[in-house]
Amino acid sequence: MNAVANRRAFLTGSAALTIGVTLPGKAAKAQAAATTLAPNAFVRIGSDSRVTIIAKHVEFGQGPATGVATIIADELDAAWDQVDVLFAPANDPLYKNLMFGTMGVGGSTAMRESWDQMRMAGAAARAMLVEAAAKRWGVAPGAITIAQGVVSAGSRKASFGELVEDAAKLPVPQKPVAKTPDRYVYIGKHVSKVDSKAKSDGSAVFTQDVRLPGMVHAAVRRPPAFGATVKKVEDGAARAIPGVLDVKPIPSGVAVYARDTWTAQRGAAALEVDWDLSKAETRSSDQMFAEYSAAARTPGKQVEAAGDAAAALARAAKTIDATYYFPFLAHAPMETMDYVIEKKGAGISVHAGSQFQVGEMGAMCGVAGVPFDQSELVQHYAGGSFGRRATPVMFDATEAAACARAYGFAAPVKVVASRENDLTGGWYRPLTVHRVRAGVDANGAISGWDQVCAAKSIMKDTPFEASAIRDGVDGNMIEGANDTSQYKIGDFRLGQHLMKSGVPVLWWRSVGHTHTAFVKETMIDELLELGGKDLVAGRMELLKHDRAKAVLAKVAEMAAFGKPAKKGRAKGIAVHESFDSFVAQVAEVSKGPDGLPKVHKVWCAVDCGIAINPDIIRAQMEGGIGYGLGHALYAELTLGEGGVVQQTNFDSYRSLRIGEMPDVEVAIIPSTEKPSGVGEPGLPPIAPAVANAWRKLTGKAVRRLPFAHGDNA
Amino acid sequence: MATTFQLNGKPQSFDGDPETPLLWVLRDHLGLTGTKYGCGVAQCGACTVHVDGKNRRSCVTPIGMVAGTSVTTIEGASGKVADAVKAAWVQIDVPQCGFCQSGQVMSAIGLLTAKPKPTDADIDAAMAGNICRCATYVRIRQAIKDAAGVKGAKA
Repeated sequence: MNAVANRRAFLTGSAALTIGVTLPGKAAKAQAAATTLAPNAFVRIGSDSRVTIIAKHVEFGQGPATGVATIIADELDAAWDQVDVLFAPANDPLYKNLMFGTMGVGGSTAMRESWDQMRMAGAAARAMLVEAAAKRWGVAPGAITIAQGVVSAGSRKASFGELVEDAAKLPVPQKPVAKTPDRYVYIGKHVSKVDSKAKSDGSAVFTQDVRLPGMVHAAVRRPPAFGATVKKVEDGAARAIPGVLDVKPIPSGVAVYARDTWTAQRGAAALEVDWDLSKAETRSSDQMFAEYSAAARTPGKQVEAAGDAAAALARAAKTIDATYYFPFLAHAPMETMDYVIEKKGAGISVHAGSQFQVGEMGAMCGVAGVPFDQSELVQHYAGGSFGRRATPVMFDATEAAACARAYGFAAPVKVVASRENDLTGGWYRPLTVHRVRAGVDANGAISGWDQVCAAKSIMKDTPFEASAIRDGVDGNMIEGANDTSQYKIGDFRLGQHLMKSGVPVLWWRSVGHTHTAFVKETMIDELLELGGKDLVAGRMELLKHDRAKAVLAKVAEMAAFGKPAKKGRAKGIAVHESFDSFVAQVAEVSKGPDGLPKVHKVWCAVDCGIAINPDIIRAQMEGGIGYGLGHALYAELTLGEGGVVQQTNFDSYRSLRIGEMPDVEVAIIPSTEKPSGVGEPGLPPIAPAVANAWRKLTGKAVRRLPFAHGDNA
Repeated sequence: MATTFQLNGKPQSFDGDPETPLLWVLRDHLGLTGTKYGCGVAQCGACTVHVDGKNRRSCVTPIGMVAGTSVTTIEGASGKVADAVKAAWVQIDVPQCGFCQSGQVMSAIGLLTAKPKPTDADIDAAMAGNICRCATYVRIRQAIKDAAGVKGAKA
């Protein structure tokens, strides 16, 4: 079957462009293949007929490895079980994300950015096989067909492997022609994921699982508050622990090196550190909420304005003035951040599940003082990210490289963040406040919408600032709130405050949409009700995009939204566009014994363009709903007195568990549009759908997340 | 003094601090890395193994405590129930990132060994200690039912 493997020598440096490279390691069969057809950086076909597809995106659960394999295998008409996938090396010229200009994923771009590129890659290889067969058999290329990896013309048949030698001598077609959708054999249908087996029997290798000869384990003691630095370290107690090898200061704290992870973690805990708190962020979350909500009462930097919101509000028959509070959230991927780094030749060799492969390698080479082109990344599966595995400043990679450097590269160094470091270490979804004043006129039509958002910018003061902040406006912070992208409001104003804090903040699954969709979809629900409008028909009148209307209509039908819910339950609805995809959801909710919403069922309609792997799309909707729901109901990351993080593990940072997961029913809208995002767009509608149901059940509008914070019962 | 126990059916000994958690003995000393570290405080279940056939969080189990017992990890999980669970997991593509799934699979095997025909409430109770941040719970529940059905059909 298909396996994601690391056979890096296969791809190292210029070898990625040469024909006839050998495969080390487990690919014994492929190693025997003397000739390889390598028309581009993404496809290799050996004389043994194995098709190797090189995946440029990290695989942390959203399915891009299966996705690119599906596209290329389809163009080739390969048999699914002759396909292998391996991860690309860190190489921007070959493997950059076409929407970023450097290697990486994020913003649900994997299929969006590579759809055309992957089809062309597969089509080029196919055209070369076809031409080789046509020449060999003396027939026109049009007489050749391929099905399930068998090339044929009438009674003549050949495997890919039998044609590779001839095909490799042909020029690579510059403008290959991709299939028409009526000929798809895998796209839009079901294939088994390339990694399911290895991830079900414990054999999948993550960075945490890498073991190198002589490797030492490092744990980092981090400061108790953001921005604090080490003044003095007393390491006697740590060094006294059997198995502790060394203690070294690094820029982000103090590293302890040991024979195993447990000993390293105990050593880090045993350090007595005198911290310099003079530059630390010492405000609590409550203080920040007070400051941010005060800011949100002033107009802020204008992001967008249409008509005259103030005048429309002044003449409105009824108005709502609502302030919304969103806490810091940690991503808490199951696999904490981890790296293994060793000196190798003139460079370094790094094992990681890297989300920004080239950026992280560049940062690590910089810390190590070695040339990038003499260094290698061995890419592994990553145990979740939700945004966490990429920071604008390559924080975790830099810290890991600092650990290896401080040890003098005397041994391979493995750095695994403790869960406590993961949760208390920052890089959170920004604490955010929105204030909305909106009204309806005597006819129930919306009359004015004035919204102000206050949050710390993810992009400001980072290398991303130049591209992400335009005219002083951070588009990520208010994405999804813009009047231009969702509803026709008419008299509308959106303002923004870029707040300052010492807490590192980061994109978190669906980024700005995590809060803007909640504000938009709960406020629109209230306004429609205030104006005596139907919650579905009223949205239909205001929605700008036909694809948004279609998912809304579909989900309303699936959930029988117009019919009353079961006794003691209510249904809430929400629709949102993000990452070029459209998702609508209905949540059926009752009041649980704990006083919090119990979500029984979620109906979900999604339009993400051409559905490459429908079951992966369903899985991403399920996952987005579960991840969004867990944080909407239970999780918040709070800074207490002195700016100290109050949640240190899953006992206090509460995650959704199986009994809290609703049933999920997903419908995918057929589409001929280009594929768009699925990793994130399933998340934004769930929290407002639940809150809208909750308001029906209890009469109480939800202004603060999570529900468990206590204001909403 | 060395701690001796059975590991995946074979005798094993560990000659270190008896307070060392079983998790780290497995991962860092014996090279069995299918069992994962997720929290270290028995909150997430990624480290679930079987000790004498019962689910156990290896991150809070001192190696000294397993002396004389039989420990099974994901690498050694075999037999009718284990095979049915793993096959069910693959059949409906349960894993996303996959990091928690060794623990999920071990907990599911433990559940079906004790209760071959679990109800939804049984599943919720038995799997409550296993966090999946990707929220693959809908499929975990379905796969457990599928595995139970397969086993029932064969019995």
